[in-house]
Amino acid sequence: MVELRAMARHSSAMPADFSWIRAEPNGIRIGPADCWIDPSQPVARALVTHGHGDHARGGHGETIATPATLAIMELRYQTREGATPVGYGETIRLPGGVDATYIPAGHVLGSAQVLLEHAGERVIVTGDYKRRPDPTCPPFEVTPCDVFITEATFGLPVFCHPPIEQEIAKLVKALGDHPDRCVLVGAYALGKAQRLIAELRAAGHGAPIYLHGAMERMCLLYEDFGVDLGDLRLVSDHSRDDLRGSIVVCPPGALNDRWSRRLPDPITAMASGWMRVRQRARQRNVELPLVISDHADWGELTRTIEEVNPAETWITHGREEALLRWCQLHQRRARALALVGYEDEDD
Amino acid sequence: MEEFAALVDALVFTRSRNEKLRLIARYLHGTPDPDRGWALAALTDGLSFPAVKASTIRNLMMERVDPVLWVLSRDFVGDTAETASLLWPEPQGDVTPPPSVTEAVEMLGNMTRVSAMSELPRLLDRLDAAGRYALIKLATGGMRIGVSARLAKTAFAQAFEVAVEDVEEYWHGLQPPYEPLFAWAADGAPPPDSGDVPLFRPFMLAHPLDDGVIDLEDYVAEWKWDGIRVQLVHAGGETRLYSRTGDDISGSFPEMAEALTFPVVLDGELLVRGSHQGGEAGGAASFNALQQRLGRKTVSAKMLAEYPAFVRLYDALIVEGVDLRELPWTERRARLEALMPRLPPERFDLSAVVEADHFEHLAEIRSGARDEAIEGLMLKRRDSPYVAGRKTGLWYKWKRDPLLVDCVLMYAQRGSGKRSSFYSDYTFGCWDGDPDAGAELLPVGKAYFGFTDEELKQIDRYVRNHTTNRFGPVRETDRSLVFEVAFDSVHASKRHKSGLAMRFPRISRIRWDKPAEEADRIEALRALIRD
Repeated sequence: MVELRAMARHSSAMPADFSWIRAEPNGIRIGPADCWIDPSQPVARALVTHGHGDHARGGHGETIATPATLAIMELRYQTREGATPVGYGETIRLPGGVDATYIPAGHVLGSAQVLLEHAGERVIVTGDYKRRPDPTCPPFEVTPCDVFITEATFGLPVFCHPPIEQEIAKLVKALGDHPDRCVLVGAYALGKAQRLIAELRAAGHGAPIYLHGAMERMCLLYEDFGVDLGDLRLVSDHSRDDLRGSIVVCPPGALNDRWSRRLPDPITAMASGWMRVRQRARQRNVELPLVISDHADWGELTRTIEEVNPAETWITHGREEALLRWCQLHQRRARALALVGYEDEDD
Repeated sequence: MEEFAALVDALVFTRSRNEKLRLIARYLHGTPDPDRGWALAALTDGLSFPAVKASTIRNLMMERVDPVLWVLSRDFVGDTAETASLLWPEPQGDVTPPPSVTEAVEMLGNMTRVSAMSELPRLLDRLDAAGRYALIKLATGGMRIGVSARLAKTAFAQAFEVAVEDVEEYWHGLQPPYEPLFAWAADGAPPPDSGDVPLFRPFMLAHPLDDGVIDLEDYVAEWKWDGIRVQLVHAGGETRLYSRTGDDISGSFPEMAEALTFPVVLDGELLVRGSHQGGEAGGAASFNALQQRLGRKTVSAKMLAEYPAFVRLYDALIVEGVDLRELPWTERRARLEALMPRLPPERFDLSAVVEADHFEHLAEIRSGARDEAIEGLMLKRRDSPYVAGRKTGLWYKWKRDPLLVDCVLMYAQRGSGKRSSFYSDYTFGCWDGDPDAGAELLPVGKAYFGFTDEELKQIDRYVRNHTTNRFGPVRETDRSLVFEVAFDSVHASKRHKSGLAMRFPRISRIRWDKPAEEADRIEALRALIRD
């Protein structure tokens, strides 16, 4: 459950503007429109930024999101009831004189920032985002606004995601060095797995890639939306010997699970921004850490704030204290909302 | 330095012990002298650079990044060396090639506290993030990469196909980069000469008995005294006192250094005189009293008079140049007893054998031991030779059941190393009266082990969800979680508000079921104080 601690910290006195949008225990609430962004509990009307479980919960009366996000939610919750699709660049008029425009966020397939306009004020809620190229979704678009509500998952200067080509090369090298083993890559089932596979294909890795059963439907959904993932096969259809010298992709939770015992002496890898920190990799018993993230790193977060150049920056979830400090050091008005519960430890 | 950095990185991410051994052995094989010797010293914690401390690294970082961002980053990463290696600004322009391990060690050794502030950055600028990590670890000591000194020595033995016991034996007479050791192991040179030097010999250690039963026909019992295990070595006219880890602590105990006059290597328990822990030549004080003497560089006459030290002997390893270690315990014991008249009685007594008819009888004696300062029993196979380390089946320690108290979690602190980012260090308290009548909790101790990794995750989640206050890496919790804390003894202490200090506290059980008001009161602990 998302829990909002009453600990908004102000770097400078806040004027009473933007009172129509507020952080509340269940998420961010747009008062005049009586609707919520990424609420943690069922509400009458929800704007959903992207399909990850902590942002896209089920049971809302009406769910407004991009077609891909709605398809992902349908896959998860088995219902399309109340789904209102909004394409990138499209604006939807909400009650109370609030306009919502969906803008690419570059995080995963279907992910969007939501631009809210009311009474001449512009507020952007980023959801999760990154600035690096991703063959599975359109890139983040810098859009001017007054209040920029940003995530801060990797909001510490130690986080600097290396170029993805470098990490893919590490993976391919490990595979070549151990032809009798397989490399088992833990990757988030929505987004990370498909991006990893697409990047491997772009790097010329044409061999079959084997999937944990839990990944199959999401990969098919990506292909339905035009993302070519090449030759994918299910681990369960193949013998141990078939998998030697191959890449196997599974959800992070299956890495140290009994499931992985069927594999031929796997090299345990994990694709995550947390792999930048050695001890995080050790905690997960990862032998081959791949620093690949679908979130903005420190440089991307700070560059984005500079490029968007809002009057105020609100920081939702992650390491908000450090980003808040950066804003102070750069004379930018900012405050932390400290939304607990959006933590994405697997990314 | 690149090869060493690659080794360090590979070791960090390798789980299998055999694979770690293989990695180290391969490095030692493929790396020339003296680089490999310095690397081996780093892996075995054998390097010390007084000019470079964790605070040096911190100060360097504070000049380069915002102090608040540094503290937040260090807190998250949980390791100063890694945080600094990640945050170090990449040098601009032409870069000098990376130093060799030897070059880095020489430069670090020549630094002063002042010059380190300019010279260390120049060294760091020549390395990438992995190299910086390895260099800072090497410079500040304590690699903490899941490789014990023993493992590194085992890898050395495997690399050159020599006996690890021999490696241990020669090791202590040598200094990094251990060139005579490599010459002996790799090139077949004669073994390094230990000659007339008071060398440390690795201790023989015991396994816990747990639930096992042993036959007293085969095993002899002794009390497990509550002091510190020491080795006394007299050679070449000099006496040294070594701790369990091989540290020379002779300086803190000058009276012991004067007590030996002939060549000998003895194993025993260092104690100070007192009224507990009875022995043949008088009693010893609790560990608490011994602590007054530990870690002192200079010892006053008053200290010597108030807390006179002596050693209660367990074993004799070498007497007058004759190595007894291959002999069975019974034989060594006889030699030790024969030695006693030659030793000054105010400085030495003998650890008595505990006589029992059979195992159950011994169990009764153990549980009936009134003396709170005795830790339990040692069980030694009568025919056991004296071998380095813990060899299964030879010696067991059979500790007394610990004391237990129910405490309430008050503060949790983030751990470091493999527990980085987990709240893993817990401060807990007992009620100073009736909690229903408004009594408060007073902290009584701190523990950071005794739970499984899975329980750590559960407690971590609990701490995050029950935080009432934050102080940097410390969270105050709402005082609702009860720990059953096990400890060996409790002593009066002026340093703590509760007036007592627990010895060796650890989490015995997590009492998710127990209401905090039902945790123990402080009187219950005070009643157990024995000083």
